[in-house]
Amino acid sequence: MASTAKAIEPIISAAWGKPQSWTLDSYRQRGGYEALKKALEMQPAAIIDEVKKSNLRGRGGAGFPTGLKWSFVPKDSPKPKYLAVNGDESEPGTFKDRYILSDDPHMMLEGIAIASYALGVHTCYVYLRGEFKFQAQRAQAAIDEAYKAGIFGKKLMGKDYELNVYLVRGAGAYICGEETALLESLEGKKGWPRLKPPFPAVVGLFGCPTVVNNVETLASVPAVFQKGADAYAKLGTDKSGGTRLVCLSGSVNRPGVYEVSMFTTLAELIFDDKYGRGMPAGRKVKAVIPGGSSAPVLGADELDVAMEFEALKVKQTMAGSGGVIVMDDATCMVRSLWRVARFYAEESCGQCTPCREGTPWQTRLLRKIEEGRGEPGDIDMLSNVASSIAPYPPIGLGNTICALGDAAALPTHSFLMRFRDEFEAHIREKRCPFGDKPWGSFGDWS
Amino acid sequence: MAEPLFTPEEQKKFDAGIAEILSHYPPDRKSAGMLPALRLLQDIKGWLPPEGLRLVARHLEVTPERAMEVASFYVMYHLKKPGKYVIDVCTNLSCSLWGAEKMLAYLEEKLGLKAGEANEKFTLRETECLASCGTAPCLQINEDHHESLTKAKLDAILAKLS
Repeated sequence: MASTAKAIEPIISAAWGKPQSWTLDSYRQRGGYEALKKALEMQPAAIIDEVKKSNLRGRGGAGFPTGLKWSFVPKDSPKPKYLAVNGDESEPGTFKDRYILSDDPHMMLEGIAIASYALGVHTCYVYLRGEFKFQAQRAQAAIDEAYKAGIFGKKLMGKDYELNVYLVRGAGAYICGEETALLESLEGKKGWPRLKPPFPAVVGLFGCPTVVNNVETLASVPAVFQKGADAYAKLGTDKSGGTRLVCLSGSVNRPGVYEVSMFTTLAELIFDDKYGRGMPAGRKVKAVIPGGSSAPVLGADELDVAMEFEALKVKQTMAGSGGVIVMDDATCMVRSLWRVARFYAEESCGQCTPCREGTPWQTRLLRKIEEGRGEPGDIDMLSNVASSIAPYPPIGLGNTICALGDAAALPTHSFLMRFRDEFEAHIREKRCPFGDKPWGSFGDWS
Repeated sequence: MAEPLFTPEEQKKFDAGIAEILSHYPPDRKSAGMLPALRLLQDIKGWLPPEGLRLVARHLEVTPERAMEVASFYVMYHLKKPGKYVIDVCTNLSCSLWGAEKMLAYLEEKLGLKAGEANEKFTLRETECLASCGTAPCLQINEDHHESLTKAKLDAILAKLS
């Protein structure tokens, strides 16, 4: 379809792809670190209020209001406070933070500086997934520039306030994107999530008050102060301010990261000329995962929904990390779910029994069905196993310490709810109806 | 006598690296440096030999078992010496929708290895999402990222690996 989606002025992605966009010079020419100057003239409590007013919500997955999270840090604690940046971007379908880190890392660093000053933080750890070698180089170079320019270090841009920022690379574990597993990993341990409460804002890194924020969330903070909280909030809906990055992948002509408004719908993202440009002639959408592989899948008749936290919640799914994965009508739903299930089996940390045992069980059943060995009763068994990890709906009933259990069960529940007939056809025909071409329009490789 | 773990040059790099890592953490939290210290060791040796794990544990004032526990939890650490080139192929959903399974099969045939196997030159592994779904299919070779891969592009990359 032609372009009818309302254009927005990009905030986070405005400089991506431009020459030297990752340097301090480039960032300063675009007004970079002016927001920090403004913030440093405010009282810390006023900064937090401003972020609350902006309706900025976390971009890592849960969509928690950022200002509210900041306000949970106790003011009177004698312990040091920490900021941990979650750059463990590993949710299948999600690939936005990588571009912030490589193409405009100073925007995130400015957000870090503002957050740290507001929270009374003097040490910040930026935790990047281990596979982000190039992104880590760009981010470290930006941190070094910021030290050299006197933005970080003994003084915070001239103000008598010490702030040190250290980059840490993970080593390959999806679970470390879960905030308490991330803290365990930062403490030098395997990434086993902690029971909550206590929440990290009270007992976090090294037992001290800690805020964990996603890369995009922090990169969104400078705009709140440049534009003013009210103006930032007005860009979005009543409960969700600003713009957001969404990652489009799968069976579409033009995959990529797009900065959209909170009103942009899934249908617009997939078909509009500005974004995904639909799929090859003759093909139709079959299924769309709207917020990373953990988010319950939607069918083709459910795409007229804004890619915003509250709107997707009404559909019993989630905006999550903004990873939109499209599957066309030449894609096998059993094969797709089997691959997703394998991911969670591989990445389950092994701490809680329902997830440790349930995720491989799901995988075995799905493989059996896809390979034509499925028996009557397997679908109910699959549904049962998923329910034992986490019942649905609603989201969030998991029987495990962290949300990975929910994340592993939600795809199973939602695929079975919407595409049960396809699972039944596999069992009835004793084969995959898609034969050796289960992967849709773009599934061939040459 | 057993050969020393490090050459003098490697020893210098390790010592400087450990000192830098420890400076990032509170003095009573040395063990927090575990991930960076293991990465440092692997950058130097290409893998994590047992005596290296013991050395890291000593510097961080934890037991060797603790170092092993961490090293075995994360997939990027090599507890066995890998091939000269470690190839990690993403086959997760978005990549498979762009032919990743076929790309992996092509690599298996071309290298004469199944995913999970290794020889002196190559370690071939199937890996989980590399956060590059918009430029699928993708893979990493010794942590260098390659994306939007076609057969021609992949052949050209492999041809440069001596």
